[in-house]
Amino acid sequence: MTLNFIRKLALVSFMALTVSAAASAQTLVFTAIPDEDETKLVERFRGIADYLSGELDVDVRYIPVKSYAAAISAFRNNQVQLAWFGGLSGVQARELVPGSEAIAQGVEDKAFYSHFIAHKSTGLDEMEKLSDELRGKTFTFGSKGSTSGRLIPEYYIREAFDESPEEVFSRVGFSGNHTRTLRLVEAGTYDVGAINFSVWDKEMENNNIDTDAVKVIWTTPSYPNYQWTIRGDVNERFGEGFSQRVQEALLAMDDPELLESFPRSGFIPVSNDAYEPIRVVGKQIGIID
Amino acid sequence: MLSSPTVRASLIFTAVALVGLVFADIAITAANPWKDLGRFFLGVVTPDFFSTEGLATALLRTVAFAFVGVALGSVCGFLLALVYRAYPVRIFCAFIRAIHELFWALIFLQFFGFHPLTGVLAIAIPYSGIFAKVYSEILEEADPEPGRLLPPGTGVVSAFLYARIPDCWVQMRTYTAYRLECGLRSSAILGFVGLPTLGFYLESAFSQGHYSDAGAMLILFYVLIATLPLWVRPKLLPVYVLGAPFFLGDGMPIVWGNVARFFTQDIVPAPLKGEEGWSGMGTWLGDLFITQALPGIWNTVILTQIALVATGIIALLAFPLISTHFGGPVRRTSGHVFLVILRSTPEYILAYILLQLWGPSMLPAVVALALHNGGIIGHLIGRQSSSIVLRPDAPTGLDRYTYELVPRVYRSFLAFLFYRWEIIMRETAILGILGIYTLGFYVDSAIQNIQFDKAMVLILITASLNIGVDILGRFIRKKLALQTMPTC
Repeated sequence: MTLNFIRKLALVSFMALTVSAAASAQTLVFTAIPDEDETKLVERFRGIADYLSGELDVDVRYIPVKSYAAAISAFRNNQVQLAWFGGLSGVQARELVPGSEAIAQGVEDKAFYSHFIAHKSTGLDEMEKLSDELRGKTFTFGSKGSTSGRLIPEYYIREAFDESPEEVFSRVGFSGNHTRTLRLVEAGTYDVGAINFSVWDKEMENNNIDTDAVKVIWTTPSYPNYQWTIRGDVNERFGEGFSQRVQEALLAMDDPELLESFPRSGFIPVSNDAYEPIRVVGKQIGIID
Repeated sequence: MLSSPTVRASLIFTAVALVGLVFADIAITAANPWKDLGRFFLGVVTPDFFSTEGLATALLRTVAFAFVGVALGSVCGFLLALVYRAYPVRIFCAFIRAIHELFWALIFLQFFGFHPLTGVLAIAIPYSGIFAKVYSEILEEADPEPGRLLPPGTGVVSAFLYARIPDCWVQMRTYTAYRLECGLRSSAILGFVGLPTLGFYLESAFSQGHYSDAGAMLILFYVLIATLPLWVRPKLLPVYVLGAPFFLGDGMPIVWGNVARFFTQDIVPAPLKGEEGWSGMGTWLGDLFITQALPGIWNTVILTQIALVATGIIALLAFPLISTHFGGPVRRTSGHVFLVILRSTPEYILAYILLQLWGPSMLPAVVALALHNGGIIGHLIGRQSSSIVLRPDAPTGLDRYTYELVPRVYRSFLAFLFYRWEIIMRETAILGILGIYTLGFYVDSAIQNIQFDKAMVLILITASLNIGVDILGRFIRKKLALQTMPTC
């Protein structure tokens, strides 16, 4: 029985391998960093998958992942060929996959910014620059690998206080994503949090924020953020000029509903060089080797 | 009383835990913890079984990964048990079981990606180590008499199959069935790192506050585990084991180049890859040790010691719930249900829930570890206490508990507790992934930063710590002459 089982298992894994390899020969798989509530991501990216598959004449599939690192790994391992990365995750991914390129960013991503938000019980008010009033408060970032939820806020905290966040705040946490950060600060679980402006604005527009409980106290200077990154070897796999076709399809996206789901007003071309500042900051903080 | 070694050991451990409490970060930071807890319980009593798309598939995958992983683990474990006397085999097994399923999954995710093999191996590898140890203990304790009665010239294999196995069969079967239940729990939590099992959806539902969906998933999971004896029948087992591999899902294809890359580049320490070479290793390791490993070890040890004593307290409080010496059948049945729920809920899920509700500190972790492990030990000694026959004029109520039962079960209670010490530490380390600053936090951070070299060193340190506690636990059990029971 045992032997039989092992044989079966070997056979099955072999079949699974060949079948999925054959199926994926025409399937473009993409993923996205899990920066928001999952239901929203799945809705948004299923729409994108349908749109791209119509434009490109190949099957397009979206797979959800649980962490930023998982998105980067899947991209690096060629299990996905296209990804919607944040600034930092994009830099990390492109460094690991030579030949990969940033092909499009949202109009808003050219000058993106993060908000510091605070619970009302802290009595904190809008401030010109990060001040000593923040000392001793509890603080939450978004995900460990987030640009707008971690990298940039940490950079400005270190710049303002010349100390690590752990030294400035009494407790430092990682909520996981921006929606979660908002909920945690709104509930008072953390006094202060860092959140990207786009999630904040969208939630505000949808009346999902209890403005009596939480407010913006500081906003970072702008920096480049989210972008679509594609592997360099897609042209060999899907045909000459495929990378460019994907770029054109993304730039041509004008369905208001799709764009609203990001939310972005449209996509514009971008290159790897645009993210050099992010790489420098990542190195300074020690997230990038 | 102080002259009793078991009392002294208990007092020492309690004192250590109390000192640990001074250093531990214990707090409820949520502004409205009870409101959220209320919403959660409301969700559990108003479960919504139909809103999560793919829930049935997730359950199926949870079962399939558990079956394939445990089957593979038990086969490999059995083979290893045959050569368990060899010292290198022991070390190897201690090492692979010292690394938690979730850590294995995180490692395999880096090169197999979302292929079913990731989940299967994540369960099968540590389980092989555990099976090897327990099977070999069972085989060793088998009665040697039947073997001596065999006619001279009997082959080794025949002797083993006909004289050794029959004596051990029942115990091995019971233990394997118990591990299958553990396998279901392991399989479920693998979803938290992205495999397509129950944890995947549970995490989403929780983090978005969809408590009715989460409640439905938890209920389904309890039903799955509680009905295990009904649907796992010896005759059906081959069907399940052969069928399970077909329900693991396709995942994504494996790219073998990634495997080679992981072992030849990713986990090679950064200075060796750069120009510094070996001369840079000292600083690299030193830096990693001081900034990450040390704080991680400190927090892991503190949390483990507090959780260990809390587990003991919960177990002692919980066992009367199912003991025949207290209460009528109604209370005992509800006690049973309560303890089954405690023991069926993986610590990881309990800790996750409590962290969401109370905010981040060591408190949710302590409570989760104590409830789960206390539930298991309480169940075991509760059953044992029911077999004790008291004099007809024995005291009742509190006196019966303190003077009659606790002293009688105390030694096996301690044996179970020290047996679970290592398990509690393994879990403590892994809870770091949820944001408590134990070793798992630093492992997860290194993985999030794509620094697998650092992650591997930290995982090795975690494994050594577990092996150390395992050895210490065995030493104490031996010193106190406590009998060990592998079925815990």
